[in-house]
Amino acid sequence: MNTILNMKGIVKSYFLGEEEQTILHHVDFAVNEGEFVSILGPSGSGKSTLMNIIGCLDVPTDGDYILNGNDVSCLDEVELSEVRNREIGFIFQHFQLLPRLNALENVELPLIYAGVHEKERKRLAAEMLIKVGLEGKMKNKPSQLSGGQQQRIAIARALVTKPTILLADEPTGALDQKTGKQIIKLFEQLHNEGKTIVMITHDKEIAKHGSRIVNILDGKLTEHKNHNAKEVNNNGGEQHA
Amino acid sequence: MLKESIKMSWQNIINNKMRSFLTVLGVLIGVASVIALISIVQAVTTNITGQVMDMGANKVSVQLSGTPLKQGLTMGDINELETIENLKGVSPSVVGKTSIVYDGNVMEEVSVQGKNDVHFANTQDLVKSGRSINAIDVESGNRVCLVGQDIVKELFPSESPIDKKIIINGITYTVIGILQESSNLLAGSSNSEVIIPYTTAMSLLSTGYVSTIDFYIEDESLSESTTSNIESVLLSAFNYDENGYTITNMQNILDTVNEMTATMSLLLAGIAAISLIVGGIGIMNMMLVIVTERTTEIGLRKALGAKPSAIQIQFVLEALFLSLFGGIMGLLFGTTISFVGCLLIGVEFTLVSYAIPLAIGFAAAIGLVFGYAPAKRASKLNPIDALRSV
Repeated sequence: MNTILNMKGIVKSYFLGEEEQTILHHVDFAVNEGEFVSILGPSGSGKSTLMNIIGCLDVPTDGDYILNGNDVSCLDEVELSEVRNREIGFIFQHFQLLPRLNALENVELPLIYAGVHEKERKRLAAEMLIKVGLEGKMKNKPSQLSGGQQQRIAIARALVTKPTILLADEPTGALDQKTGKQIIKLFEQLHNEGKTIVMITHDKEIAKHGSRIVNILDGKLTEHKNHNAKEVNNNGGEQHA
Repeated sequence: MLKESIKMSWQNIINNKMRSFLTVLGVLIGVASVIALISIVQAVTTNITGQVMDMGANKVSVQLSGTPLKQGLTMGDINELETIENLKGVSPSVVGKTSIVYDGNVMEEVSVQGKNDVHFANTQDLVKSGRSINAIDVESGNRVCLVGQDIVKELFPSESPIDKKIIINGITYTVIGILQESSNLLAGSSNSEVIIPYTTAMSLLSTGYVSTIDFYIEDESLSESTTSNIESVLLSAFNYDENGYTITNMQNILDTVNEMTATMSLLLAGIAAISLIVGGIGIMNMMLVIVTERTTEIGLRKALGAKPSAIQIQFVLEALFLSLFGGIMGLLFGTTISFVGCLLIGVEFTLVSYAIPLAIGFAAAIGLVFGYAPAKRASKLNPIDALRSV
């Protein structure tokens, strides 16, 4: 199976005053096309830093990162924004919808930056909202919708550019258990359709829904196959600490 | 892409109507004051220039005060002055005060002016009815006169003065015309004047000397050389004593007036420009607040693929729209102020042609200059930090 994301020897360190602090220690991580990988770790484990690098919001201090065949480990700001627009579909814990825009306009946003024309944009955005089950809510502002519906808008927004990877950061973190489960169900449905998903979470139960779980602790990865997963995409990536 | 940026910027302004209005108040007041001041000064200048022009822009006036050796000009001097080139005409004035009598009624201390036909030819709307003094009257020293409105009211309350005989300084004159009612504040009133041929005045009035001479210039572009020719003749007439005369060139007065008003406009515009800068700082301040307020939004847009330039354009456009809105409002407001101002001062209002591009241009420049820094700051925000600030 095609390896879509391949990280080797990723190091990320920051300077806190004069002291250098390493958050990620030579991390190797790979994701195959169509996989649903959970990255599980407590707060302070470095999972957010890893997510930022996966999502091309940040570049590693050292190491190689090949995303969809392109080396993205040393791109400048403009190139990174192009990669984010094309390859990554972000889903955030707090949905991050623009309150002044309605559901359709929120989903249109990434297409604006991709330079898609208005008519086509509206068509694609509407299609995605129907897919996530918000057919009658397109003209509603986020404040008129429930948390679960808002997260569905965010998922539609992440899907609308047909990205290489869906990158979800604690997608159920701001939802009650029942709604959280529905969102996870939607993730599983997308996985079954062949979407590649990387989900970051601190919740073991949520992580179990992934076909593979990678643990992160103190900036190092350990991995085990998730045998509870309903569908297992084997041939997962490499593991190592 | 630009269309979307324009739409987004516009929506952001519309969504905060009150705040947007307060933000642009500075630019509004600045533009309004620039427009109002320039328009009012322009209107006043046009008015003053018009009045000076009425007095004759192509006229050089010489006041003759005389010297101890020679109290005024002789006919010979005047004849010599008339030979100077580029003159349409020379109009000497003899001024005296004396009493006039008609039908037993006496008016004391009436200003009697000795003039010639040139004066009437070069001054508009001088005669209301009857005829003016002609060359023959001047040449033969005819005893004819024109009377002002006040004299008509006083001495001829119920009859036409034309062809009536009045006694000026003991000598009988025939009234040939009535002077137009005068309202020009700058020129002084001719309502209580009597005008007779200057030659007659020289021989019959006790003053006997020409007190002023007006020279009417043919070609205004040669005004300077003509003036110096006049001066050289005068200088020799008064035995090279410069104190015998004072030359007043209307063009000089006009130039001085224009120079003064131009300086005043510049000064006032300068003061108004300061308020524009203050307005610009207000916009910059608000844009910085907006950038801080929308940090998360900026982070999100960047995460979704917005390039730094797209973010920057959006915020610059927002500042530009705010500023243009202020400029347009200021233009309307300033025009209204200057219209009312002109009405109060009593001068004719005309919209200065360059006011519209000036206001729009100024406002746009303010928006771009003061919007640039906040927009740059927004474009440089790190998406990770920006998203974290929920």
